[in-house]
Amino acid sequence: MTATPLKGSDRTTAGPLADGTATSVRPRRLRRRGRSAPYWFLVPALFLFAAFTVVPIGYAVWLSLHKVQVKGIGLGKGAREQVWNGLGNYTDVLHDSEFGHSVLRAFGYGLIVIPTMLGLALVFALMLDTPQARSAKFARLAIFLPYAVPGIIAALMWGFLYLPTVSPFYYLLREFNLPQPDLFDGGNLYLSFANIAVWGGTGFNMIVIYTALRAIPQEIYEAAKIDGASDLKIALRIKIPIVMPSLVLTFFFSVIATLQVFTEPMALKPLTNGLSGSWSPLMAIYDAAFFRSDIYGASATAVVLALATFALSFTLLRVSDRYTREDRA
Amino acid sequence: MTPLTLTATDARPGPAKPKRTAWVPTLVLVLGSLYCLIPVVWVVIAASKGRSELFSTFTFAPGTGFAANFKELSSYRDGIYWQWMANSLLYAGGGALLSAAVSAGGGYALGRFAFKGREFIFKLMLAGVLVPSIVLTVPQYLLLSKLGLADSYWSMLLPSILSPYGVYLVRIYAAAAVPGELLEAARMDGASEWRIFSRIAVPMMMPGLITVFLFQFVGIWNNFLLPYVMLADDTKFPITLGLYTLLTQGASQPALYTLVIMGCFLAILPLIALFLVIQRFWSLDLLSGSVKA
Repeated sequence: MTATPLKGSDRTTAGPLADGTATSVRPRRLRRRGRSAPYWFLVPALFLFAAFTVVPIGYAVWLSLHKVQVKGIGLGKGAREQVWNGLGNYTDVLHDSEFGHSVLRAFGYGLIVIPTMLGLALVFALMLDTPQARSAKFARLAIFLPYAVPGIIAALMWGFLYLPTVSPFYYLLREFNLPQPDLFDGGNLYLSFANIAVWGGTGFNMIVIYTALRAIPQEIYEAAKIDGASDLKIALRIKIPIVMPSLVLTFFFSVIATLQVFTEPMALKPLTNGLSGSWSPLMAIYDAAFFRSDIYGASATAVVLALATFALSFTLLRVSDRYTREDRA
Repeated sequence: MTPLTLTATDARPGPAKPKRTAWVPTLVLVLGSLYCLIPVVWVVIAASKGRSELFSTFTFAPGTGFAANFKELSSYRDGIYWQWMANSLLYAGGGALLSAAVSAGGGYALGRFAFKGREFIFKLMLAGVLVPSIVLTVPQYLLLSKLGLADSYWSMLLPSILSPYGVYLVRIYAAAAVPGELLEAARMDGASEWRIFSRIAVPMMMPGLITVFLFQFVGIWNNFLLPYVMLADDTKFPITLGLYTLLTQGASQPALYTLVIMGCFLAILPLIALFLVIQRFWSLDLLSGSVKA
């Protein structure tokens, strides 16, 4: 789990490659011809990677180091020119309390979403894996279903379910004379967004964990059963430790997704007045780039966000690496 | 590769004796299913309600305005809704097809050849997953507008083609499912590398390629940030952005709510249908890179 975070990657690095390129028995003519082949197969991917990943990142970094200077009264052609600004935009970003708040909001949101979503995904996966579960096939499809619903449409649907006038939940609260919370207000807003993300993400993570569970050889359970272990004990002592790498993986991707939360707050914004246009980091960057037309500051902010994501990813991988290694020792 | 199905799950041999806690897993799964299905059921029912019914009748009581809502949505601004649907189909279908093709070439090269820079290229591409989408999207927009391509179909298609996850998945597939001896034998027989790839490797990697296609199809269909940044002309909008603009207009006039709800209902149908159809011959497990047959 060092540089390639996705599971199963170790399978490809060893054995099977060698036989595809074994050169000892092949005539020289063939060997020479085959040598450039992998590069040709890679050309489209490499071209797209250069054009739509490397160049845009380079351009963003270049923009982040520049600013527009206005000459004279700023009218006419050439009155505005791009000049070098050094790290000026970056000091602005670090002093920008609005952006700082958006990062804090994203973290607060993540603190609710990630444990809930992964906890539910793990519980559902473990339940699917028990022989007593009835209609497991149906449940598996039903819980995975939200994955097929676009995030923005999920957010729109939940947005309606949060509206007191049309929501069945408010109907029930009214019927039983219970207090009716405002789901678009202050702290509740976090729960409202978090619920949408949990709804949309649990199924996919459940499948990832469940796949790992199914890869466990059945003999282990048989042995544990003979030793008198209960289902709960088997789950806690055998299954969860074995699927730990999958949990780490899903946690890792959830953290990255959390920092980039955009869809849910964007979708609920039209339904409420209490939502700032720079609620999440991505919204703050979009706001700076297109509403305030400050692409230089927006680029610097985006680069800071990217660096923070990288730093966080490598820290997480380092920690999980140490954890799994100690586990094995 | 034998076809995989979802049915293998409950075939596990378990203890026959019933216990007091035996109902717990079923209960938990039923509750989970309810939680996941409620918004979908609600939108189906709400789509059947007329404007006055939406705010007056019990939310889970079906209404009478389904056909009227459908008609109204279809005729809204000369049927722009179906234009959005067609656009989404074009972006997701075209982008996913190209993505699967590019991943096939890249993953095959990375998984079945040893060459200089292989690990470097692979790791560089995987690192691309970590780059926040907005870091790419905003400069992509600025660069494409310099080329005069912003707010065009190309501005949606081109950035959606390369999928690092797709390349990664095909690499695993190629290494596990395409035997090296077979390729070697074909080379001995004088087949060209292209012929070996297209006639031998691609058919053997097909389950992996279908997975890449589906994953990318869902990814593009669900993408909101890219069209939100790239497109200004609403006849080029995909369904996600179209419905969003409909809601932002409708926020001031709840009369548009019924249209948005009907739009949501119709927009989730294609992907749900897609999953229900393909799960007969394709396993969800493949999404997480499982190569087991």
